[in-house]
Amino acid sequence: MAATSSMFMYSLTIQPPSAVTQAILGQFAGTKEQQIVTASGSRLTIHRPDPSLGKISTILSQDVFGIIRTLAAFRLAGSNKDYIVIGSDSGRITIIEYVPSQNRFNRIHLETFGKSGIRRVIPGQYLAVDPKGRACLIASVEKNKLVYVLNRNAQAELTISSPLEAHKPQTLVFALAGLDVGYENPVFAALEVDYTECDQDSTGQAYEDLEKSLVYYELDLGLNHVVRKWSDPVDRTATMLFQVPGGADGPSGVLVCGLDNITYRHSNQDPFRVPIPRRRGATENPERKRHIIAGVMHKMRGAFFFLLQSEDGDMFKVTLEMVEDEAGQATGEVKRLKIKYFDTVPIASNLCILKSGFLFVASETGNHHFYQFEKLGDDDEETEFDSDSFPVDPTEPYTPVYFHPRAAENVNLVESIDSMNPQMDCKVANLTEEDAPQIYSVCGTGARSSFRTLKHGLEVNDIVGSELPGGPTAVWTTKITRADEYDAYIVLSFKGETLVLSIGETVEEVTDTGFLSSAPTLAVQQLGEDALIQVHPHGIRHIRADRRVNEWPTPQHRYIVAATTNERQVAVALSSGEIVYFEMDTDGSLAEYDEKREMSASVSCLSLGEVPEGRTRSQFLAIGCADSTVRILSLDPESTLENKSVQALTSEPSALSIMAMADSTSGGSTLYLHIGLHSGVYLRTVLDEVTGELSDTRTRFLGPKPAKLFRVSVKGQPAVLALSSRSWLGYSDPQTKGFMLTPLDYNALEYASNFSSEQCVEGMVGIEKNNLRIFSIDKLGNNLLQQSIPLTYTPRKFVRHPEQPLFYTIESENNTLSPSTKQRLLNDTTLVNGDAAVLPPEEFGYPRAQGHWASCINIVDPVTAKAVLQRIDLEDNEAAVSLAAVSFSSQDDETFLLVGTGKDIVVAPRSFSAGFIYVYRFLEDGKELEFIHKTKVKEPPQALLGFQGRLLAGIGNELRIYDLGLKQLLRKCQAQVVPNLVVGLQTQGSRIVVSDVQESVVYVVYKYQENRLIPFVDDVIARWTTCTTMVDYETVAGGDKFGNIWLLRCPQKASEEADEDGSGAHLIHERQYLQGAPNRLALLAHFFPQDVPTSIQKTQLVAGGRDVLLWTGLQGTLGIFIPFVSREDVDFFQTLEQHLRTEDAPLAGRDHLIYRGYYVPVKGMIDGDLCERYALLPNDKKQMIAGELDRSVREIERKISDMRTRVAY
Amino acid sequence: MADKLRTQQQLEQLQSRYVGTGHADTTKHEWTSNIHRDSYASYIGHPPLLAYMSVGMGECKERVRGMMIEKMIQPVGKPPEVQD
Repeated sequence: MAATSSMFMYSLTIQPPSAVTQAILGQFAGTKEQQIVTASGSRLTIHRPDPSLGKISTILSQDVFGIIRTLAAFRLAGSNKDYIVIGSDSGRITIIEYVPSQNRFNRIHLETFGKSGIRRVIPGQYLAVDPKGRACLIASVEKNKLVYVLNRNAQAELTISSPLEAHKPQTLVFALAGLDVGYENPVFAALEVDYTECDQDSTGQAYEDLEKSLVYYELDLGLNHVVRKWSDPVDRTATMLFQVPGGADGPSGVLVCGLDNITYRHSNQDPFRVPIPRRRGATENPERKRHIIAGVMHKMRGAFFFLLQSEDGDMFKVTLEMVEDEAGQATGEVKRLKIKYFDTVPIASNLCILKSGFLFVASETGNHHFYQFEKLGDDDEETEFDSDSFPVDPTEPYTPVYFHPRAAENVNLVESIDSMNPQMDCKVANLTEEDAPQIYSVCGTGARSSFRTLKHGLEVNDIVGSELPGGPTAVWTTKITRADEYDAYIVLSFKGETLVLSIGETVEEVTDTGFLSSAPTLAVQQLGEDALIQVHPHGIRHIRADRRVNEWPTPQHRYIVAATTNERQVAVALSSGEIVYFEMDTDGSLAEYDEKREMSASVSCLSLGEVPEGRTRSQFLAIGCADSTVRILSLDPESTLENKSVQALTSEPSALSIMAMADSTSGGSTLYLHIGLHSGVYLRTVLDEVTGELSDTRTRFLGPKPAKLFRVSVKGQPAVLALSSRSWLGYSDPQTKGFMLTPLDYNALEYASNFSSEQCVEGMVGIEKNNLRIFSIDKLGNNLLQQSIPLTYTPRKFVRHPEQPLFYTIESENNTLSPSTKQRLLNDTTLVNGDAAVLPPEEFGYPRAQGHWASCINIVDPVTAKAVLQRIDLEDNEAAVSLAAVSFSSQDDETFLLVGTGKDIVVAPRSFSAGFIYVYRFLEDGKELEFIHKTKVKEPPQALLGFQGRLLAGIGNELRIYDLGLKQLLRKCQAQVVPNLVVGLQTQGSRIVVSDVQESVVYVVYKYQENRLIPFVDDVIARWTTCTTMVDYETVAGGDKFGNIWLLRCPQKASEEADEDGSGAHLIHERQYLQGAPNRLALLAHFFPQDVPTSIQKTQLVAGGRDVLLWTGLQGTLGIFIPFVSREDVDFFQTLEQHLRTEDAPLAGRDHLIYRGYYVPVKGMIDGDLCERYALLPNDKKQMIAGELDRSVREIERKISDMRTRVAY
Repeated sequence: MADKLRTQQQLEQLQSRYVGTGHADTTKHEWTSNIHRDSYASYIGHPPLLAYMSVGMGECKERVRGMMIEKMIQPVGKPPEVQD
């Protein structure tokens, strides 16, 4: 049971991680079509590549609440459906299938083999399957290997055997592959090192002589046991194995990839070895050897090839040539191994080649790429190197081979899929003066890094925009007959006239349509089979197919104020407050209902629903009155215009819309009444189809202008377009079917209507001031829009200018030549070893050199220029490590940019030759930086912060206060407050929260009179802090390197004592408690979100929302923590969580509570991601949980969705 | 005596099943090697942690993974000489 706490928070993910741990390819739906399954963090996602469009779309994404480590796909012989094997941290092997009809994953087998968690000897690190789907091997880094036999029973169901052990103690596994042996006994190949001898030999000789072996494990299907069949030493540096096709397709065996070489090995073949070609270029070190880091084998009609990628991103095509017999037929004997340069793509964690001729590159950092093959590098001019000219023995010398990297010839990029991995830092700010703030983040590595702006919204595809004379007030589109597929007219209403445009090849004005042009229009409708209706203030114009016009005039001295129509019914409200109702007769004429219904207050809006399929009328009429009520009237012939129900509102309604929409509660479709208020509030209420009762109202604030509502259709689903100061779209989420309300990334509209034409089947037409705009919404899946500005090197941190909408980033790249060194090499003609063509670093990366740093400061303008304004490169092998914008009171509170750097940094084990603090002055409103001076400090300062008009710097384990001098920074005060290394600083008042790289946080108070820094409270647990923020004066929230997030609070008494007036002598002389500070922090909340937190901050995300804690993760996660206000809600969600843990147990077999308490038991946290899975449960389970909780299903779903929508997206 | 034997057997069983289970004569070298091997296995096994380190080192994940397994062979240097 989760530990109780005085404080509870609700954790939600607003953007799942985008890093791909592994991607696999297979026919998971059981059709010919191939899908890609990716694992990112704890999420399993299935994507559908569309070969005709060259796009990838997500079909299903599920959080498995466990760390997914490996994936493998396999297929039983004779079947056409691939299953997925998951190796996770659950200590269990999981086999799942994708069920396309229900769009969900179904777990078939879950077999426990060991302890949970990621441990050295618990299998789960490696997973290999037999290509014929008969067995799989799951292994750990050391010792353990388990083989499961897969088969099918009489009912054609997949069966799994009990595990067969193939353990070998004191043996490390570097790589594992399933061997293709056709239908012989399954064989698995492993790269192993046995360290038994080195552990005993004190001379070190055994370590020197250590061999790496390629070991074959054979599963004897007849005897049902595993034997170590063959073992042979291979290159000591080898780290990767690739399966070579066997049976009828090839010679079988493996490719063993090591440093600077690829070797073909098999038990009954001679080895063949080729070197990995090295890059030729002016700035390339000709001696640098590469590793293969990713690759893929592709089989096609009797042939196969490998694409292997080196750590520079260069892909090489590797092929095997076979010995031919007299008849010219290839035999099973290998003749040579060949390699040649193919193309360069981003460094991949996985490559997938699709049968349809596409290449999916799951990038290790930055956007994932989807390429189309133009050709397979068959007849190009690249030099091919073969194994004939290279010795097989890795110790023998050979001449290295080179190639010239060039722009891609064989593959063509068709889609780049946004990925924020790795996300290094993040800030929330409202720079564009919109009602909701934006999220600014720096992510990516090397030249592919970027500065991203994230905004809540849907992407809008603008099709046409044209200016109109005068300001139209409203717009409609209409078909001419019911059978028409597309709209024929656009009707525009102005102050005193109406304009009709016909839609065709061009849009032009038409006058002979029968519409009254001398009056404004209130409604337009295609009625019955082939008639049209125009409602104008003085009547209703019924235009028949033969252009006969029937006019219904309003009674004298009255005019129409509001109208609503559907294809069989019309209702209008008169200025006197009367409602007149019409229904279409069998002959197609409009018949007025005899009685008029008089409302007590004037009517502001009306709505009729669509006529349901197979019915003759919509059952209800909704009327919005000026007395802030909405009334539902019946339209049943028995009880026409009788009151059904009333709902009081907070303000006068400005728009109504009765609409049926998909509903997650019932699983089908439900009738809703959408209400827009004058105050800009939007309400959605369930309208009971029988009784007309209104229930389950959900509220959202759209903007300060009165809300207007329009019925539109997006992706074949009914949706509501709500216009206020911003345009919003209400739709049901494609995956969960839950209702979503998302702003459009578009200009504010005044009126809108659905639009359908041949060119644009599902569009919308809207009025924006004097412009008519036609647009469409193509993607509903993603409601966070990204804009990206390329950066130079891996961004480390960034700050905002105190006033201007500008950001300053520090970027650095390890093992990379700095621009000046690069230039020197290029200018030095004696060193140039080839042509001097400089390749674009975005695709080819920067030239690398061990021990070198390239680093810079960039000024980024994300609002107007959307570009980098100035770049300042650092010289002398310095790398920027920290920065801050600090205002110095000694300089009339002028703000300066301070950047901390380190010279000759070695990351692990940490070393450096010096540290500096640079001071820059802001020029031109911060658009430029002027260097003032730099100060040498003893260590690279990892944390800088403005503090009471001076600079606070964390230098090594010391905390120092500096003031700005003319020549350098002047040290004013210093204290050693943490044991290891200061990595972060936060402050409020004279309190400073110092985070240590290893030992959590320490609170320090600064005593001004005495000029002393005194630590007064620290923590009991070692937390490898990455980020912290002060939630309030006593409380700090932070994250650590192992992926925990925690909230710590200082005891009230200690906090007060620290702030007592006076010298602080009582603090200094207070007794230490267990060799630490006198007091200890108390843990308030603890949670394991899986990703490594890189930033955390207290912020507001939506207009009028409460403060939440927003954290960002290295893998691209954006998550929030919402504090609970009432204890009842906590109890409710705690019980719900408990039920969901058992009813919807995590897919990969991990215990949810243990997973969230991975390192420290979860405390004071509710997992919202788990709670949100309630909406996806089958109906009977929902009912059961609702029964246990003593609430209705709808109520529970509302509570869950309210938690999210009140504060976030 | 039988008790002692059983304890001994149980311990041996534990030691064979759970790598790193200590015994009365565990040396400092054995103990630290074991801890380091555990740590490296954990760094490799947790994908975000491996990514974090690879970004810090400026190398790709696959390289870092290879280097760490390599370090697991002899994580804390040569074993000390055995004095009889």
